Amino acid sequence: MLCQHCNERKATLRFTKIVNGKKTEKHLCEHCAKEQGEALPGNNNYSIHDLLSGMLNLDSSNPPLGQIHFKKPKAELSCPKCKLSYSAFVQNSRFGCSHCYQAFEEKLDPILKRVHGGNHVHRGKIPKRIGGKLEHKRKVTKLKEKMQFYIQNEEFEEAAIIRDEIRALQREQNDEGGNE
Amino acid sequence: MSLEQFISEAISPWMNQPGPNDEIVLSSRVRLARNLSNYSFPFKASNEDAKSVYSYLHENLSETTLDGIGNLSWFAVKNMSDIERQVLVEKHLTSPQLAEGSEEAAVVLSDDESISIMVNEEDHLRIQCLYPGLQLSEAFEAANALDDWVEANVDYAYDEKRGYLTSCPTNVGTGLRASVMMHLPGLVTTKQLSRIIPAVNQIGLVVRGIYGEGSETKGNLFQISNQMTLGKTEADIIDDLRSVVLQLIERERIAREKLLESKRLQMIDQVYRSFGILANSRIIESVEAASHLSNVRLGIDLDLIEGIDAKILNELMILIQPAFLQQYAKKALTTEQRDERRASLIRERLRLENILDGGE
Repeated sequence: MLCQHCNERKATLRFTKIVNGKKTEKHLCEHCAKEQGEALPGNNNYSIHDLLSGMLNLDSSNPPLGQIHFKKPKAELSCPKCKLSYSAFVQNSRFGCSHCYQAFEEKLDPILKRVHGGNHVHRGKIPKRIGGKLEHKRKVTKLKEKMQFYIQNEEFEEAAIIRDEIRALQREQNDEGGNE
Repeated sequence: MSLEQFISEAISPWMNQPGPNDEIVLSSRVRLARNLSNYSFPFKASNEDAKSVYSYLHENLSETTLDGIGNLSWFAVKNMSDIERQVLVEKHLTSPQLAEGSEEAAVVLSDDESISIMVNEEDHLRIQCLYPGLQLSEAFEAANALDDWVEANVDYAYDEKRGYLTSCPTNVGTGLRASVMMHLPGLVTTKQLSRIIPAVNQIGLVVRGIYGEGSETKGNLFQISNQMTLGKTEADIIDDLRSVVLQLIERERIAREKLLESKRLQMIDQVYRSFGILANSRIIESVEAASHLSNVRLGIDLDLIEGIDAKILNELMILIQPAFLQQYAKKALTTEQRDERRASLIRERLRLENILDGGE
């Protein structure tokens, strides 16, 4: 079939328009189709967000999006900071702010696993500034566990040494905090 | 303006550098998605929020204190014309989303355009480094150093368990997207690529056309990138991609050798026919131009044609795109006018080369 616009090239695309229940069809070649709806390169209308939204919505315990408005099941999850609702997150497949991750935490593991080949925990880079504090926190937690162990075994001298170590670490952090 | 001058201004300086395996790998790109901790993501941000993110970043990122980066220039998207915005997309320096998106978007570029930082795209920051040839680790090191420098100046949204928090769940964790642009005419001609793509997909990598998401392929150019960003270290993501790319390079080389052995005359014929069309046509569509450019480039790589610079494919693939043609013409052009411009630009460009007539 020839393109209905230029009548020169072969039609490779079919456009179906439905206006007020009346259906019209147009056969165009790629060239004329582009001419009629000039788009930026790579910006096809069907984006990864459409695909993803379908994936996020696979959760079978949830009714399809359209029904949510009629039923309003329980209290819907929403982010306290940016007010994004969970269903809006599913629909756009985008978080509204960094606090959404906490707000939707209970639902995230299966979603992230689906998107990231079974993974749901970060193993990569730790930013330097935040990283320092994290490491500190981990060290203190470890030492506290050790101290409890000595106390339970009534090895109080050992426990006292650890206690001083913890105090020194905490003092160090407070000093750092004061400088910021 | 002369064509030579236009080209020298149009082509990013980093593209003129040679790179490892650059007869098959055109470029390596690493992108890091980052957000600030105290602001909503651009998709949910009010105009005011977007403005404060913009000015906060502008304040903190306009002066580099980083060795080897040199000067960074800040460009506000709202001050650009439609054609200028599209030119940046065609150079792979910004995404279509940035070009169409928020009023408060910006792009920060290094002098050689190997670094681009997008502000207020899908995430607050997208740090991108582009290198010629297969240089994934180099591109990652550069992006990583930039990331450290940015982090020293601003507060990132980061979570111990989930890593770098991004607007889209597909980017969370490392926020790292590494991709490689490959010219694979051998694998296409021998119909191997359609069998390779599913296998590549299975190990968490994606093969797409040259503009990424949802774009078609042109001129046998393919972009291979990682899909997963969470649960692997940055080094593993880079290594996995690199090892697949090395295999593809090997297979492409073998396919080219086999083609030369079994169909040498047909190959030479195809190269010169394509050259003939490029050198003589008066109207040419971009898809047709891309496929002939691919043939000529293959001919250059296999020494079937002499006197043309191998960079010509990389260069013309960029220049024959709609926005570049319009920038060169200094006005908006219809599709027909562009096809005419494209043909004349290619003819003119080829005239700058010293092709031996007939190649004998």
